Amino acid sequence: MDLTPVVEGFSVVLEPTNLLFCLVGVVIGMLIGVLPGLGPAATIAILLPITFGLEPVTAIIMLAGIFYGAQYGGTITSVLLRLPGEASSVVTVFDGHALARQGRAGTALGIAAIGSFIGGTVSIVALSLLAPIVAGFALDFGPPEYTALALLGILLVATVSSGHRLKALVAACIGLLLATVGRDGFTGAARFTFDNLSLADGIDFVPIAMGLFGLGEILYNLEERHHAVQAPKRVANVWPSRADLRASSGAIGRGSVIGFVLGVLPGGGATIASLAAYGLEKRRAKQPERFGQGAVEGVAAPETANNAAATSSFIPLLTLGIPANATMAVIFGALLIQGVSPGPQLVTEHPELFWGVINSMYIGNILLLIMSIPLVGLFVRILRVRATILAPITVLITLVGVYTVGNDVFDILLVIVFGALGYLMKKLGFEPGPLVLAFVLGSLLEESLRRSLIIFEGDATGFVTRPISGTLLAAFVVVALLPLVRAVLARRRSESKESV
Amino acid sequence: MTSDNSARLSDVVHEVEEAEHEFRPPVAGRLTDVVVGIAVVGLGVAALVGSVALGVGSPRAPGTGTWPFLVSVVLVVLGLGLLVLTGRTHDAERFTRAGWLVLAGLATMIAFVAVISVIGFEIPAALLMFVWLKFLGGESWRASIVTSLATVVAFYIVFVGLLAVPIPHMF
Repeated sequence: MDLTPVVEGFSVVLEPTNLLFCLVGVVIGMLIGVLPGLGPAATIAILLPITFGLEPVTAIIMLAGIFYGAQYGGTITSVLLRLPGEASSVVTVFDGHALARQGRAGTALGIAAIGSFIGGTVSIVALSLLAPIVAGFALDFGPPEYTALALLGILLVATVSSGHRLKALVAACIGLLLATVGRDGFTGAARFTFDNLSLADGIDFVPIAMGLFGLGEILYNLEERHHAVQAPKRVANVWPSRADLRASSGAIGRGSVIGFVLGVLPGGGATIASLAAYGLEKRRAKQPERFGQGAVEGVAAPETANNAAATSSFIPLLTLGIPANATMAVIFGALLIQGVSPGPQLVTEHPELFWGVINSMYIGNILLLIMSIPLVGLFVRILRVRATILAPITVLITLVGVYTVGNDVFDILLVIVFGALGYLMKKLGFEPGPLVLAFVLGSLLEESLRRSLIIFEGDATGFVTRPISGTLLAAFVVVALLPLVRAVLARRRSESKESV
Repeated sequence: MTSDNSARLSDVVHEVEEAEHEFRPPVAGRLTDVVVGIAVVGLGVAALVGSVALGVGSPRAPGTGTWPFLVSVVLVVLGLGLLVLTGRTHDAERFTRAGWLVLAGLATMIAFVAVISVIGFEIPAALLMFVWLKFLGGESWRASIVTSLATVVAFYIVFVGLLAVPIPHMF
């Protein structure tokens, strides 16, 4: 492996602008992680307009920092207040808050920070080794492979989203349809534009992401009565003892591996990884009843895993051009805005971007470790900022921000429409994630499908007979049918139990 | 994985989901499910009709409408699936009186976009802030007025002064 581009990546990171935006990213990430409400996907969406003025590397370094920074920040509220700042820290609540009640909040936060750092770093190293290989493998992919890959990616994301699977697939279909609005790339014919000039070039990604994730989430949260938050004034003794470290070292090691693997899989990501790592530790434990009562491993495992997964979920995006989760879909959109199309050619055509972003994660994780151990008290104070004040400011930033993208009032209207849609979707059990993901993949999917059909001269069996696209489609069928098979098995089992 | 282990993990997931929904409105009734299912089918049919009008083409020569046609067919099938499942999913929430807060919030945004080209962003932005703080957030009169004005001034300095964004403004 040629190490020159890797080393050059470091010189990219160490440019003052990039260092600054790495710091800005991780600080914002920590903040939104601490504040319940907006998640990383929403925050990154709302900040998309700022990235227009930045260099591509700088922009993505900042956005990536927000993503993994949020994993660190989300822990703080889980432990101290039993209020998970992020979905990926929900499971930390059980043992983290139990530790806090025993007066050991510092230990929990310290272990989480160290675990996150190790998980993140292990994942970056593995990412550096694995990503170029995957990208090299994918260089030979033609339109049929991309069709199969994009279909599988969308299906996997829909399958593991938190709502009902059917609803997630409906959201994905709506995303695919929205992507067809505008001029057809092949024939130039206008599609679904309703003779509206503003729709002639299609719907822009920015108002969709800002509306569905940003405004949608804010409107959804309006229905919740937030109780006054009682944040402790100070957190003592953040350094975990040697015994704590010894107790959690195994959990950190296993959490890193689980997190890395689940992060790479489309639809995996930080939340699933944290759940799986917690489940594994509980199962392995000699006294599983300790879990929920303040077991350090119960904090170390999920926090390590969610950070490792956040990092490794960049692999499918940077090597295949397929985002693995909702946040990656927004970063995909950010790359497209910058004129960079993510895919296997990225590592060879834009090595400075590829390695710059990956290597910035080392720096970002060091910054986060520094911030989350000695400066944790500072972030705890942020909790006193009331959601009632932050919400309208975020709304204004969104409305003004989306205008700055194209200086078009129509974009403000669009973002409001998608905000209302995002609210309705969340309310009715449809996750907006699959919609946004399908939207960004929509044109790629359509283009490769049409090209494939032309290559195959209309014979759709061509998809199955090519080895890679055939395998991917077989995986698609397995994933699609798995829930049905499971349901049938479960019914049989319950029937046999009843007959006993 | 034995069933015992998977049961334990599903317990964890269940606890997690409950923690997330602690402050949320109750689960919606069957009527909501039916309306959602019909809406999805309707959307699918509308897209289907639109795709056919665009020209569906053939596998050998895919046309402008081919892809949207395929997606709409899937959407209709999924919508019918949702209709079959009515009453069996529990992830939709009931629309409660708190929903009015959301409508009010949306109304402030629509007012903002409706008048921004005419009178600039300052007054609608201040009004939006004020409504959200005082009526949606329950802040005090004083805090609401001061925060609204301070935010608009800050926005003016950043967007008009520093970034020179051509956002319509009054002053």
